[in-house]
Amino acid sequence: MSVLDEILFAIVALGTGLGAVGVVFTRNIVRQAVCLLFTLIGISMLYFLLGAEFVGATQLIVYVGGTMVLVIFGVMLTARQEFVTIRATPVEWFTAGLLGLGLFTILAKTLPALESNASEKGQLPSTGPIGVAFLTKYLLPFEAISLHLLVVLIGAAYLARAKKRPSDLPKIPLEKEEK
Amino acid sequence: MKELFSFLDPPFDALAAAVALAGIFVTFIALSSLFFIWLERKVAGRMQDRLGPTRVGGKFGWLQTVADGIKLLVKEDTTPNGADRILFKMAPYLAFCASFVAFISLPFGNGIVGRELSVGAFFLMAVLACEVFGVILAGYSSGSKWSLFGGIREAAQVVSYEVPRALCVLVPVVVAGTLNLNTMGQQQEGMFWNWRVFHDPFTLVAFFIFFITATASCKRAPFDLAEAESELVAGFHTEYSGLRWSVFFMAEYGSMFAVSAAASLLFLGGWHTGFLPFEPSQEWGLLGHLLNGVVFIGKGFFLVFVMMWMRWSLPRLRIDQVMMTCLKYFLPIACVLLIGVGVWELFAPDWLESGWRYLSSIGSLLAILALIVRLLTAPLSVPKGQLAGAWTGLSTPLMRASGR
Repeated sequence: MSVLDEILFAIVALGTGLGAVGVVFTRNIVRQAVCLLFTLIGISMLYFLLGAEFVGATQLIVYVGGTMVLVIFGVMLTARQEFVTIRATPVEWFTAGLLGLGLFTILAKTLPALESNASEKGQLPSTGPIGVAFLTKYLLPFEAISLHLLVVLIGAAYLARAKKRPSDLPKIPLEKEEK
Repeated sequence: MKELFSFLDPPFDALAAAVALAGIFVTFIALSSLFFIWLERKVAGRMQDRLGPTRVGGKFGWLQTVADGIKLLVKEDTTPNGADRILFKMAPYLAFCASFVAFISLPFGNGIVGRELSVGAFFLMAVLACEVFGVILAGYSSGSKWSLFGGIREAAQVVSYEVPRALCVLVPVVVAGTLNLNTMGQQQEGMFWNWRVFHDPFTLVAFFIFFITATASCKRAPFDLAEAESELVAGFHTEYSGLRWSVFFMAEYGSMFAVSAAASLLFLGGWHTGFLPFEPSQEWGLLGHLLNGVVFIGKGFFLVFVMMWMRWSLPRLRIDQVMMTCLKYFLPIACVLLIGVGVWELFAPDWLESGWRYLSSIGSLLAILALIVRLLTAPLSVPKGQLAGAWTGLSTPLMRASGR
């Protein structure tokens, strides 16, 4: 890694970290969502720094473009006062803190032991090898995930469809009743 | 770009190149939106049988945008009381960032690209999809119900139009076999029948669907539900004034150019004129690069002009019509196109492929020429009491009164 890469990494990682801290310490749910957006964009920038362009762009389109729009969607549709500000209880702080600490310990233990296999600078192989791997070596997992997504899609369509039961329909008087 | 700054020490040459590139792109977006705003007024005027701006000065009133800019600069920068201040101030810049980053992967000529990404087309779509964030945040943070309605409409619209748009991008990608925009441009070298749009019937349809969905995702009329003046005051930017407001419009015109440029790269031959059987930058050096850049920007500007043309010709759709067009028509059509182009690539024999290529390209050229000739030779005025154009022969009160 050159000096410039390290400086850029430091800046992007700092931004990502600050975004993550913002998610935890902001009370307003929309601001939390925006902080999460910055965190996710930061992660995709880290991918770009590593030369993994496809993963970076996927991160952008899937997490930033999709998930975040849905987050804000949900937020706005439930934007009543009790949902707008979120306050964590001490129990939640404790549990989340414990889990976070555990994860951090595991990562701090295992990561330095891993051998750095960062490729030489330059373009990593593009989408071709990934596509070939999906359709040959990893065909079964790929199909299983596709099926899973299809089920999710149908389920969502089922939940979202307008429910038309005869009893729900408004009764329209066809003629004025004579008295 | 980095080579131009090779007199600097290693970390600084890349930095200088990055700063210079960013400057070029911002300047390009700003200048082209100045031009587009003037063009929009002129097109609107001509479409409605008016002259458009003439009074401010300059040839054809081009100083109008400058006057607009000065007005926007001196306007008071207001924030509503009920607004979420941080998000309100951030939203326009977020929208602008998205449309600005898209320019990084656009090749303006053979190899003239900010950063040649191996997944350029995918990156472009991903980044442009982020622009909606600025709009949603503006809608939410303004603390106004009109803005919120605009933002929510925009979210629903963009999220659904992204799907057919991405599927339509895949059609030329299947033909090209790469996501690299620069390589895609190089593959369409030569005469205009090498352009991707004439490759097979599916790319021809995909071009039109892509262009319409791209218009919708730039929230341009007839899909400008997010800022429907007749219903929502001004939609998501109701509460904005001055420079922040103009940043939104820079973002909009920037992304209009970006999708038009993407359309011309994916379908319309990119930077190739279509009438030179070789790559100009290899034959003529710097002059060729210059020609490429001019042709590429010209194609982008022309498609932006078509967007304006559509805007002032068509009435705005209702929100349910917008969603229905997308989900019931564009989505199935895009899926059929994707399957169709796969089948074509696998099974179409050579004679069919080249036959379609020449037939469709020369047919389109002749159709366009005939249209231009028809336009230029059409009578400029009609006799009193009669209707012009498509309404020729329709009876009018005056005709009825004279007993014909």
